[in-house]
Amino acid sequence: MRALLVMLAALLGMQLAFAIDTAPAFADPAQQARYERIIHQLRCLQCRSESIADSGVTLAADLRRQVREMMAAGKSDEEIYQHMVDRYGDYVLYKPPLAARTLLLWGGPILLLVGGAAVAVFVIARKSKLPDTDPADPGLGAS
Amino acid sequence: MWRFIIPIGLFAALVTFLFVGLGRDKETLASPLIGKPAPQFELPRVDDPSQTISNREFAGRPYVVNIWGSWCFACRDEHAVLMQIARRGEVPLVGLNWKDELPLAQQWLQQLGNPYVATAFDPKGDVGIDYGAYGAPETYLVDAQGIIVYKYVSPVTIDVWEREFLPRIKQAGAKGE
Repeated sequence: MRALLVMLAALLGMQLAFAIDTAPAFADPAQQARYERIIHQLRCLQCRSESIADSGVTLAADLRRQVREMMAAGKSDEEIYQHMVDRYGDYVLYKPPLAARTLLLWGGPILLLVGGAAVAVFVIARKSKLPDTDPADPGLGAS
Repeated sequence: MWRFIIPIGLFAALVTFLFVGLGRDKETLASPLIGKPAPQFELPRVDDPSQTISNREFAGRPYVVNIWGSWCFACRDEHAVLMQIARRGEVPLVGLNWKDELPLAQQWLQQLGNPYVATAFDPKGDVGIDYGAYGAPETYLVDAQGIIVYKYVSPVTIDVWEREFLPRIKQAGAKGE
């Protein structure tokens, strides 16, 4: 068991060892944090289900470089995201903008939650009105 | 009655969504650059890096930008097709050598032939990114007004050329004569 835990810990450690850029890109911790936040918001177009922060492909490395260059040039977060959207579309953003065409994307989960809750309330309300027909069930409150 | 209609209706809706999803091509990303002006570039020429090549030189008539690299296996397959297309002379092919090394790119063109009127050398990859490239090969058709009218991802075949490119080239306003 102990050996297993040690192995697990080693495996978790390996994740860190695989981090893409070993040295921090910015000396200023605030800038570095901003950089990390931005590159985690951008999708790697080659691998699709990874951010450019996590991807090892060269295109992701080029996009990270462009983010660093734009930050160094004093561009705002919005300008950096817009630069990527102009080239790759909303798909490049892990958090697409709320617009008419993305309404279903953003509203879908809420719709499903409300719909599911409505069905649940309806079914429970109806069932609780039915008489208890199971003689083996002593019913709630009996013990 | 509703007891049956609602679940069956929901199931039918789900099946419709999934069925439509089956037919959709999720590999090819829609490019936001279709209908937009082709990004301008001025880069060293692969055949003579002391000279530069700009796509301004091709303004006024349709041209094709083909993004390739010697590291790209699929580009090797595509190359023979590009040679055939170049011989047909319907439209100039402009090469964009993306994220490559100059000697490898030069060697490629010497050994496999050169279908391009000119090839721009983009080792940093920024021009490719301006075109929204996410892999190679990618092929863009620019019309006489300098607007990107079509983008094809993955190797162009003669079939694709005749089906997708030729009608659009004719529409783009010129056949070269």
